[in-house]
Amino acid sequence: MSPALQGLITIIIGVGGCVAYFYFSNLFLDKVLYPASGPKAGRNINRANMIRPWLFLAPALIALSVYLAYPVVETLRLSLTQRVPGGGYVWVGFDNYVKMSGEPKFWEALRNNMLWLIVVPAMSTAFGLLAAQLSDRIRWGNLAKSLIFMPMAISFVGAAVIWKLVYDTRPADQEQIGIMNAVWLAFDGGPASVLFLKIVPVLGLLGFAFAVGLVAWLLLRPVVRPSGAAAGMVPLRILGVLVAVWLIWVTLRGAIGLIGADLPYGVPQTWLTIPFWNSFFLMIVLVWIQTGFAMVILSAALRGVPEDTIEAAIVDGANPFQIFFKIKVPQIMGTIVVVWTTITIVVLKVFDIVYAMSNGQWETQVLANYMYDKLFRANDWGVGSASAMVIMLLVTPILIWNVYNARKEMR
Amino acid sequence: MDNVVGQKSGLTWAVHISMAVLVALWLFPTLGLFVSSFRTADQIATSGWWSALSTQERQAPAIRVGGAEVEVDGRFVIEGRLFTATNAEVSAWGTTSTAPTANVPGDVVDLGDGVTLSVAEDGAYVLSSPVTTEGTRLPRIFSTAATPPEFTLQNYRAILFEPSNTDGMSKAFFNTLTVTIPATIIPIVVAAFAAYALAWMDFPGRALLIAAIVGLLVVPLQLALIPLLKLHNEIGIGKGYLGTWLAHTGFGLPLAIYLLRNYMVGLPRDIIECAKVDGASDFQIFTRIILPLSFPALASFAIFQFLWTWNDLLVSLVFLIDSSGETTVMTKQIVELLGTRGGNWEILATAAFISIAVPLLVFFAMQKYLVRGLLAGSVK
Repeated sequence: MSPALQGLITIIIGVGGCVAYFYFSNLFLDKVLYPASGPKAGRNINRANMIRPWLFLAPALIALSVYLAYPVVETLRLSLTQRVPGGGYVWVGFDNYVKMSGEPKFWEALRNNMLWLIVVPAMSTAFGLLAAQLSDRIRWGNLAKSLIFMPMAISFVGAAVIWKLVYDTRPADQEQIGIMNAVWLAFDGGPASVLFLKIVPVLGLLGFAFAVGLVAWLLLRPVVRPSGAAAGMVPLRILGVLVAVWLIWVTLRGAIGLIGADLPYGVPQTWLTIPFWNSFFLMIVLVWIQTGFAMVILSAALRGVPEDTIEAAIVDGANPFQIFFKIKVPQIMGTIVVVWTTITIVVLKVFDIVYAMSNGQWETQVLANYMYDKLFRANDWGVGSASAMVIMLLVTPILIWNVYNARKEMR
Repeated sequence: MDNVVGQKSGLTWAVHISMAVLVALWLFPTLGLFVSSFRTADQIATSGWWSALSTQERQAPAIRVGGAEVEVDGRFVIEGRLFTATNAEVSAWGTTSTAPTANVPGDVVDLGDGVTLSVAEDGAYVLSSPVTTEGTRLPRIFSTAATPPEFTLQNYRAILFEPSNTDGMSKAFFNTLTVTIPATIIPIVVAAFAAYALAWMDFPGRALLIAAIVGLLVVPLQLALIPLLKLHNEIGIGKGYLGTWLAHTGFGLPLAIYLLRNYMVGLPRDIIECAKVDGASDFQIFTRIILPLSFPALASFAIFQFLWTWNDLLVSLVFLIDSSGETTVMTKQIVELLGTRGGNWEILATAAFISIAVPLLVFFAMQKYLVRGLLAGSVK
């Protein structure tokens, strides 16, 4: 049977079956089980109304529990067992986790994932905020937004091809067809190269380190100088500060390395094989995709900022930068957090980009691709499931936070 | 906003310029692929897409004279062409790598022993020798030619309409379509009923269920791969379309229920209560009132689910594509091409553009609903 025909039949059976199920089950409930007539009509209507929600919910609940809830439990179980040749499983406790933590590839994936988790949400949100703010002030803003939003519709694989063309490398004696190398070859080591490839990036890195330091200080202040109010969540704050210190260390080391680096001017680079930095070239692809999302949400939030607060600031003599950073941004902080966490989840699941562009070679491995490797190439379900549980573990704080917020809202 | 005080901000120009730079940065990569998909393999290989519109003056790799030898008037003559393009113009040529531009078109160069070589402007060359050149090493020609911009639809023809082409996308295109349509429609129906129950029916455990669905929204689908593949094998579905449709339905449901419920809760209570007073059953209220009113939310989710299933690679890799390769989808086909045809950008660019063209069309046609869905889905 041709798949197209099969698809058509599935649509008819699927949709028709669903509608028929809802229709006939309601009919059965109202006419046969608890008819709304006869001596016990009132009690019957009440009973029918108690059952009806579950009729409406049943297909969705079954699908959700089989396709999402059960796998979580089953993956946990699989991560604690080992397949034995000839079928069957034996309980091995935490052996899979121990085995996994002994693999350098796992730590490489974890390290890269941490970098992804910091760089991609930060850059997407920052660019999104910038684009949202700028586009609100100009007449062709809607067109501009549309174009920046467009990559959202492009598949990760499509984006991978698009960016592979950007990063393409030809031998030195041929003309470069990747724009990255064409730009790179335009730098010859003269003053312009020093300005754009050393001074500007170093200033950027220092600025980033400074911003991180500021955040760390804000986190640390209530702990060092308890101001009477509940300082709350001290361990979390300390953890945040430790991460910030690590980030500053990495950034400063990068900046110093860049100043001293002897850049290979005039030699075409194979961007995706340069260890450490190639991960950033992959991250750019995801930033490119996610910025549109951040921009759309933040743009709506910026428009929701009450006019009178801005007018008051203008009357008080605030300049546009002060209005933006001191009036608008604090008021949309909640939305920024939502955008940040949403992109964080996308990052944790990122698979296609790495799979299509480098397949984890040259130290670009990430957890999702590591897991795919273990499950379907090495056929090691134990370690594969263990790495899937690591992803789940990283998602869990966001999951709890979301559920907590949703409950708070419903009250 | 800056006009409030009555003076135009000096930053306006900076805003325009920064926005233009940002848009250009975001557009350039896609534009590169788009332009490349219409260029010939020759042109892609020798110049960047940004110079596609200009005439390319470039030195071609050396070509060794070759072809059938014909005896004309006692001399042995070989005629041939340097390139197949008809509109290219040779501007200079030479026979040694040290002086590749020594001669102009029309020159007749004596190579010694009475052998002469000439290259015309259109790339035709004539090698003439008093004795047969068979078995000897023929000279090489270095040429510099100017090729005018050339665009073609041949790439699309080859990828879409040639059934024998193993790099073709037509089969994958239909497979993707086959996966996408049921996987978009079925979750909508299932979710709409559930969302109605969660929005407008009162029953114990409702709040808990909503919280559970919010939680399931972020569960990584990576966790589901092995358990579900095992399950599918045990109940006899194995790898195939049915399993893929079911998987997409399951993975899409949390977002569908969440979006639709949020929308339905906002519908005016009066309408529903009036209908109840008039004796409508819940089923009637749902199909006659709620569904038509929820069209914007349904459209939002339909776009999400369509984009997601169309662009998906992982679910298809795990649940659909078997070793026969008959059921390959476009994303998988492109990944294969990246492996086997890494340098053939005319194939890669065209294949990739075919796969992103449909989502882009949907995106530009229904952007309003997509934005609305995004806003409903996250700013809550």
